[in-house]
Amino acid sequence: MSQPQLGPPPTCQSPEHTCGVSVVHEIIERYGGNPEMLIPMMQDIQAAEGYLPREHLRTLGRELGVPLSRIYGVATFYAAFRLQPKGKHTITLCMGTVCYLKGADQISAVIQDEFQVKPGGTSPDRKFTFAPVNCLGACALAPVMVVDGEYFGGLSASSAVDILQKIASSKKPSEAVAKADAKQKTAAQKNGRGSQNP
Amino acid sequence: MATIYIDNQPYVVKDGQNLLRACLSLGFNLPYFCWHPAMNSVGACRQCAVKQFKDEKDTKGRIVMACMTLAADGTRISIDDPEVRRFRAGVIEFLMVNHPHDCPVCDEGGECHLQDMTVMTGHNYRRFRFRKRTHRNQELGPLVNHEMNRCIACYRCLRFYRDYAGGRDFDVFQWHNYVYFGRQSDGVLENEFSGNLVEVCPTGVFTDKTLKGHYTRKWDLQTAPSICVHCGLGCNTIPGERYGILRRIRNRYHREVNGYFLCDRGRYGYEFVNSPRRIRQPIFRSERSGAAQPVEKQAALEQAAKILGSGERVIGIGSSRASLEANFALRTLVGADRFYRGLAEAECRLLDTAIALLRDGPAPAASMSDAAQSDAVLVLGEDLTNTAPMLAYSVRQSTLQREIGLTKRLHVSWWDDAAIRQALQERRGPLYIATPAATKLDDVATEVYRAAPDDLVRFAQALAHALGAEIPPVSALPRKLAALADVVAEALYLARRPVVVCGTSSGSESLLRAAGNVAWALSAAEHRGQLCLVLPDCNSFGLGLLGGGSLADACRAIQEGKAETVVVLENDLSRHADQAALKLLDEVRHLVALDYLEHATTAAAELVFPAATFAEANGTLVNNEGRAQRSYQVFVPQGKTQASWRWLQEMMVAVGRQAEASWRSFDEITAALAEALPIFAAVKDIAPPEGFRMAGQRVPRQPHRYSGRTAMHAQADVHEPTPLADPDSPLSFSMEGSQRQPPPPLVPRFWAPGWNSMQAITRFQEEVNGPLRGGDSGRRLIEPQPDAAIRYFSDLPAEFEPRPDEWLLVPVDHIFGSEELSALSPGIAQLTPAPYLALSASDAAGANIQEGEKVVLAMDGLHQALPVRFLPSLPRGVAGLPVGLPGMMHVTLPGWAKLSKVTAS
Ligand code: SF4
Ligand code: SF4
Ligand code: FES
Ligand code: FES
Repeated sequence: MSQPQLGPPPTCQSPEHTCGVSVVHEIIERYGGNPEMLIPMMQDIQAAEGYLPREHLRTLGRELGVPLSRIYGVATFYAAFRLQPKGKHTITLCMGTVCYLKGADQISAVIQDEFQVKPGGTSPDRKFTFAPVNCLGACALAPVMVVDGEYFGGLSASSAVDILQKIASSKKPSEAVAKADAKQKTAAQKNGRGSQNP
Repeated sequence: MATIYIDNQPYVVKDGQNLLRACLSLGFNLPYFCWHPAMNSVGACRQCAVKQFKDEKDTKGRIVMACMTLAADGTRISIDDPEVRRFRAGVIEFLMVNHPHDCPVCDEGGECHLQDMTVMTGHNYRRFRFRKRTHRNQELGPLVNHEMNRCIACYRCLRFYRDYAGGRDFDVFQWHNYVYFGRQSDGVLENEFSGNLVEVCPTGVFTDKTLKGHYTRKWDLQTAPSICVHCGLGCNTIPGERYGILRRIRNRYHREVNGYFLCDRGRYGYEFVNSPRRIRQPIFRSERSGAAQPVEKQAALEQAAKILGSGERVIGIGSSRASLEANFALRTLVGADRFYRGLAEAECRLLDTAIALLRDGPAPAASMSDAAQSDAVLVLGEDLTNTAPMLAYSVRQSTLQREIGLTKRLHVSWWDDAAIRQALQERRGPLYIATPAATKLDDVATEVYRAAPDDLVRFAQALAHALGAEIPPVSALPRKLAALADVVAEALYLARRPVVVCGTSSGSESLLRAAGNVAWALSAAEHRGQLCLVLPDCNSFGLGLLGGGSLADACRAIQEGKAETVVVLENDLSRHADQAALKLLDEVRHLVALDYLEHATTAAAELVFPAATFAEANGTLVNNEGRAQRSYQVFVPQGKTQASWRWLQEMMVAVGRQAEASWRSFDEITAALAEALPIFAAVKDIAPPEGFRMAGQRVPRQPHRYSGRTAMHAQADVHEPTPLADPDSPLSFSMEGSQRQPPPPLVPRFWAPGWNSMQAITRFQEEVNGPLRGGDSGRRLIEPQPDAAIRYFSDLPAEFEPRPDEWLLVPVDHIFGSEELSALSPGIAQLTPAPYLALSASDAAGANIQEGEKVVLAMDGLHQALPVRFLPSLPRGVAGLPVGLPGMMHVTLPGWAKLSKVTAS
């Protein structure tokens, strides 16, 4: 999972509700308003909205008497939480040692440039969420990226962009993403995030 | 006592502590990051590694963290073992991977714990060649600067801010390489102790933003030991100056007073010293309302002689923010019976009541360290965070005491901070707060009671009665309240070191007396009740002991024609007197003022003398526990500015009274004070005399690395000027002098070889968290009477009744804004609220007043239009009036006022 950018996350963009006050209240009730159940509540909010809208978190903090700083601390610590809506497609680009040596940083630069997306961010057209990671365990394919679960190896900067443009113009919504979101009920874990930078 | 072996040498250390603390107390150089003397151990940084051996025969040993290992009898460790040395160097190398190495442009450079520790471990070659992770910094307001890239993730900032200072808007975000310490989003740090992050953070992540505006390295600052002048607690400070500009304030450790920390008012209130509103030259007005004319010193003194020569019709008005010496000089000039304290009548009465409680009863005054170690605290009527900030910090720490005691059976060491907090969770020990409105300490309070001052008195008296004070029970107390009184009485009774906190800011003498009753009843039951009384100004206590009438008395003297010349010392009378009194004072024949800044009184004076601030003259201040402490001149001020007592002495000489004012130096005036008033006898002994030398040398105000001495004045002269003489203290205005550790009152800065940051403090203490070597400085001037018969007070006001068309105004204090001098410092001024009137939402609704709407307040013939702000916790019928904010008029509170809506015209 990516490192979310700090700073003000986007405000609630969901058209179906007004700042989710009722959603949050319902979730709080579900757990009897117990502040110790903060994480499950946040998981439920994410399951309902696809990410953690800022207004929801404010409401949550206010209602539970938990400082907002604490909630953001939790939200940014666990990779399973998202503070920004996810794009239609998720690009996971490996920046591990081998991929790095084979030019992953150029690929990253071109993707950022082409789709106006920052690492950890979502493109303005909400097509792509871009998540650089460290070693996908597929070094033989280096440099490698995964888009919606599908692996693309031996990339160059231009082939990566070609692939992404093709995906962007196809109609099919990413099923993998939708499914993963629906299953966000498992306890957030900080494991399995790949190795540290050398 | 335990014997431990460090590199095969035996050392005897105190039982129960951890190895890091023991090693530092013994003077070893053992690096650390996450440990802090005030915050103990969490074992997070792995920097304090040592090698521990099972016994003499064990040669292999294993690496342990010194801060997490008990220094038990027989423990054998090595600091010097090559493997553990490599380990420590390796830890630093890892921390340095992401550290930007930007020391030359970092404000921390030269006093950086990370620099010191890096050098100490011997990591001196960088192998990492890759990109470093970078962060976006946050804008945290006018006081603290944020530069996240420098973070080494020691977690000290978070622990201080959240766990110790009680801040709620700061946390750690993200994980591993990306951990981020800051607020949830940009914005002013809300906590009143945020400035301590500057000293707590071992790197340059958090630095002093006001210093940035006139940056100077630590080694280039001229410093001297000083006392904070922004409230009555007397925290010890180290102000630093260069080029005639006061550049910052740092903490000066005092075990009994402020420990390792300062509040933001104290740390950032200093900039008034550099204010463009400073008076730098004597001013004369030939017409009272005419233009001010700067005059030469001699001409001003001649003018003063002319005015004062008229003899006995001169009165003097002293000041609670001026030193004992300055007040004493004025008192000598005008005569004891013509010396007035410069406080309103009510202020005088409150002050006298408070001092009498500490002098006449059995309960000793509690220092801040006593308050922090207390296992049951009762706060009556004080919003401590805003009236005595560091005391609020201490009381917050007290809430852990009883619970820590209870965790003993869990076999958790007291210094294992993470384990203790884990075990305690949200449990906090007895703290009861009874105030008119909510306070910031309420979040750790066991129970709060909010009521009008009279009801607080009734509650406190019921409590005193429950504790056995021989006063009648309080009848008709609501049942719930009576039950609460019993609960609080029990908690105090069962505590080992109960402390009762009260003060003058509620404006109720009865409340002070009731607090006295509670503490005395505890003492009578042999429960060592301590009394901690908050006083408003840095020398309120001293002025109280000096005695003298109130401003009302002064006005009476004027009215009766007994005074036609008034000399006002360091006092803006509009802060203490009402309009009528001010008018009277304005109209006396001659008004002479001495002060540092222009204000209403200096503007009305015919003759004004430029007085030195705390940083420009020595002075003795008496804090709220009655401790006399010496504050030293840091630098020589510009222009004709000099200490008030010197001006007053020169005035006396000018009128031909040299015999009475023979004091030429600071020591001489303190000696005269001690002789004239026996209560101040100890004042001359609280610090070494001017003649004190160490190995024949003075104590240098400038560090031995002070740079650019010849260059500093090159525009005037390429020759290095002779250092200015200091006739008043054993300190020198130069870098020459003894580099040894001076006696505690003279310590001008904390520095030791290898220790450039504030962490050098452990080299100055007898042991970690002990007194500075040489003992705690300052001396208490009054002691309690443990054996005197207790005469309880029976004040019992009637129950508070809201009135239909009036409101009881109670004072609301603001840490930023309520104190005169700090409010003139730009950083603090930015955080100062605009004047307002506080109402509870329900009361406002009843009167059909919206938030933000302007109302006219009418009280004692005063009218002021103020916008309304909601303060939900106010009791019915009670309104809050912020005190001391720039633009607020002086009124004596509590008092009844009428409110009327402003009708748009
Ligand atoms: S900001 Fe400073 S105090 Fe906080 S974790 Fe980083 S280095 Fe430590
Ligand atoms: S608590 Fe008072 S004395 Fe201490 S630093 Fe703050 S203002 Fe100064
Ligand atoms: S380095 Fe990219 S898959 Fe291992
Ligand atoms: S100081 Fe011991 S682990 Fe940090």
